[in-house]
Amino acid sequence: MNPLFLELTVVLLGIALLMVEAFFPKLCKKRLAFVGMGGLFFVLLLTWLPMSSVSIESAPFYTIDNVALFFKRFMIVTTILTLLMSLDYIPVIERGIPGERLGAGVGEFFILPIFACASLMWLVSAVSFILLFVSLECMTVVLYISISYLRKDPKSLEAGTKYLILSALTTGFLIYGISWIFGVTGTTSIAHLAESIVLLPASSMTPLLFGTGLILVALCFKIAAFPFQFWLPDVYQGAPTPITAFLSIASKAAGFVLLLRFLEQLYLIPTLGKKVFAITTLLAIVTLLFGNLAAMAQTNMKRLLAYSSIAHTGYILMAVASIGAALAVPAIGFYLVAYLAMTSLAFIVLMIVTETSGGDEIYCFQGLHERSPLLAAAMTVAMISLAGLPFSAGFFGKFFIFQVAFQQGHYGLLAVATLSVVAGIYYYLKVVKAMYWKQPSETCTPITLSKLTTVLISALIAVIIILGIYPTPILMSLQ
Amino acid sequence: MSPLLFLIFLPFVAIILILCGAPARLTSLLTTGLNFLLSLFLCYHYNLVLGGWQYLQETKIVPKIGLNFTLGADGLSLTLLLLTGLVSFTAICVTPKMERSPNLFYCCLLIITAGLAGAFSSLDTFFLYGFHEIALIPVFIMIGIWGSGDRQAAAWKATLYLGADSLIVLLGIIALYLSAPTSFRSFDFRVMAELSQNEISHPASWIYLLLLAGFGTLVSLFPFHSWAPSTYSSAPAPTAMLHAGVLKKFGLYGLIRLALPIFPVAVGKFSMLLLILLICNIIYIGYVTIAQRRLDWTIAYSSVMHMGTIFLGLVAFNMLSLSGAALLMFGHGLSIAVLFALCGALRARTETLTYDELGGLAQLLPKASLLFGFGTMASVGLPGFTNFAGEILIFFGATATVIINQGSKILIIAIIAALWGVVISAIYMLRAYRSVFFGPIFQAERWTNIKDLSLKEFAPVTLLLVVLLITGIFPQLILNLVNTAFR
Repeated sequence: MNPLFLELTVVLLGIALLMVEAFFPKLCKKRLAFVGMGGLFFVLLLTWLPMSSVSIESAPFYTIDNVALFFKRFMIVTTILTLLMSLDYIPVIERGIPGERLGAGVGEFFILPIFACASLMWLVSAVSFILLFVSLECMTVVLYISISYLRKDPKSLEAGTKYLILSALTTGFLIYGISWIFGVTGTTSIAHLAESIVLLPASSMTPLLFGTGLILVALCFKIAAFPFQFWLPDVYQGAPTPITAFLSIASKAAGFVLLLRFLEQLYLIPTLGKKVFAITTLLAIVTLLFGNLAAMAQTNMKRLLAYSSIAHTGYILMAVASIGAALAVPAIGFYLVAYLAMTSLAFIVLMIVTETSGGDEIYCFQGLHERSPLLAAAMTVAMISLAGLPFSAGFFGKFFIFQVAFQQGHYGLLAVATLSVVAGIYYYLKVVKAMYWKQPSETCTPITLSKLTTVLISALIAVIIILGIYPTPILMSLQ
Repeated sequence: MSPLLFLIFLPFVAIILILCGAPARLTSLLTTGLNFLLSLFLCYHYNLVLGGWQYLQETKIVPKIGLNFTLGADGLSLTLLLLTGLVSFTAICVTPKMERSPNLFYCCLLIITAGLAGAFSSLDTFFLYGFHEIALIPVFIMIGIWGSGDRQAAAWKATLYLGADSLIVLLGIIALYLSAPTSFRSFDFRVMAELSQNEISHPASWIYLLLLAGFGTLVSLFPFHSWAPSTYSSAPAPTAMLHAGVLKKFGLYGLIRLALPIFPVAVGKFSMLLLILLICNIIYIGYVTIAQRRLDWTIAYSSVMHMGTIFLGLVAFNMLSLSGAALLMFGHGLSIAVLFALCGALRARTETLTYDELGGLAQLLPKASLLFGFGTMASVGLPGFTNFAGEILIFFGATATVIINQGSKILIIAIIAALWGVVISAIYMLRAYRSVFFGPIFQAERWTNIKDLSLKEFAPVTLLLVVLLITGIFPQLILNLVNTAFR
């Protein structure tokens, strides 16, 4: 099968759903979501079909290697999870959008992530700066809309504006960097970047490094590495929770795939690679320190998860800085999958607790164990995994990353990472403490969950624990 | 399939049953009881003549990096598994009725039990590490909800201290793994030891220091001990029994499995350092213990102090001293569990454990007094109890090292310190016994309604003491097992 059909199917699915939504306004919106999920699941199954390779002449910008295939699946699963979360989010959307009829705007909320998914699927296959830029912009435009979706809520609007301005700024950095690199090497291909650089005279290294720096700035914005993380906490807090989850997982993963593709090429050139990897190591150190130290002081759950997401960027950057080790790329892939499972679990619980306790502060989690043991257990598993304690997916993730960093002799980085993990244990356990030690306030009632949500939460708990014991399938698919 | 797998998975099955609505106390009692009987049977069934690793089972997890889930046990593991079974069973027996989420309490205890069983039966350092770390969160939750005193501070201190310490162990394990040439790399500690002994891998001696600091913190080696007293005195009695009685022994177990066989040179090089630290453990912590004015703190500090003697057994590093150390690990685990169980029972009745507010309780609580007397004797190391047999073997072994191998002067000092430690522990334990149970009754009107130990408190503690006496009078029962590990 031609792999280009995968993205095409997803786009067609999105357009079809939009048409249905437009022409049959009375249709139950939940059905749209289920059809969307079903369609995406179908595409997910399609990815296991044998793929015909895309010829270089017809599409020199597109590749379908293991990494691309792996992350295409990753993006589809993330989108399905986002849609599942959105089902529980319908009441908030209905309140957040002033419309003549009830349910206006709900349909599009389910359809927008599907378009984002298609652009992300292109993105992970991009081996040319042009496709990279176009698909990245495609995704960002969808996110502009989704983040400011609750237009009655000033926080959501604020988040959308912040994201729009800063993202547009980094787009400028990206395109400027690309043009510098094109100017020096005469190619927009990432796959053949190293070959072109080898032929260059030594004098063109400075402009090349300048262009590389600009591109790194743009990518660091996407993965929220320090010092380009300023937008993150506010956007996380203001955006609708399912979109926050999507942003936190899919956008970060996409950023890392691009970073990998770009740095893998630079790694091949020792003189340039040394400099770039020194920068990456430094970025990892400051990101780890900033994310963890700032997270310790948070009292709002969404902001806590935002800073923790910065911290996790730091851990993955450790593996990026150790790209020479054999296990580095599988380690990054595994970490992102673990991150997908644990973060979405945390956001699902957060969403339900916010809806039933009227806030997303940590104190709203007080006594959650007595209100709903399953939710408390789920949040505990998510926190254990995020903190990186054994027999959770997060532990294996950190274990592999520590191992590759050790192999590459990054001892300073390891020392910082060790301190960060201890800091992480502290702030993640703050949530556990609130859930178990404290009694619920009197106004809080027991929480009842819908069957679908119960199944979803149990499944995610199972995935986290199974990956924490048997990580091989994920690890091997990236070899 | 290895029978050891049942020891690990039975508690998890019980947890699922409890979550599905099975009666928590009964299920936990049955599970840990069954585990205890199974570990007893495994000890009995173990082929002493053959020795070595038995009940082996290997499941590949990540073949590419040599990570397997390998189960197996030799005499030392079996002794500690027996200890786990005994202490977890009695800990669940003495668990009092509680108002706040009793199911959660039993689940936490079962998780710790499963973790300990896994830690002592895993041959793979990765799982060895992982299983011991499982206890971190349940202990955090338990101290925070059901603890006493300044419980929140104690819970944070214990969790952050032990979390950091386990990361140091993890780094040590990864460094150890990477020190072997690529094609030989394995997480199996048997392979690691073999590689190092055949000089295929050359692990640097700083890795030994990492492991010593990491495992040492868990064993509360001076100066990393400060988490232990507050944790044990604040934790509910069953938690303290499992933590001080069994989990602490895991640190020693890790050192015996990893540090001693893999770093014979480094152990010798740094024996001076370890000797000084263990002298501090015995003498300094010994005097700190004497200064305590509360029963729970006295017992908590005493458990820190006794670790010094076991460390002496490790440093002396011969057959006699090592088997003595293993025997003392077993004996100390049981005796500290007896003391914490009684401590918890007393706390529930008197609501205070300060010596100044107690006294003469023997008249009101004759059973508790009797058992506490036995517990005191066991802890001090009186002949007839396992602790005595263990300590005497350590002293003999250490002296043998001094005479045969021209051991250093500091080793002689350490032996004298350890002997003096017996006196110190006699002082504080007898004083604790006197101030709580003898003398005039303090404020007699407060204790009008006090009841003596109920059967569910009396029986399990008696069981522990009976085992202490049996293995104290016939230490060969345990030594035969343990010696297979040090042959």
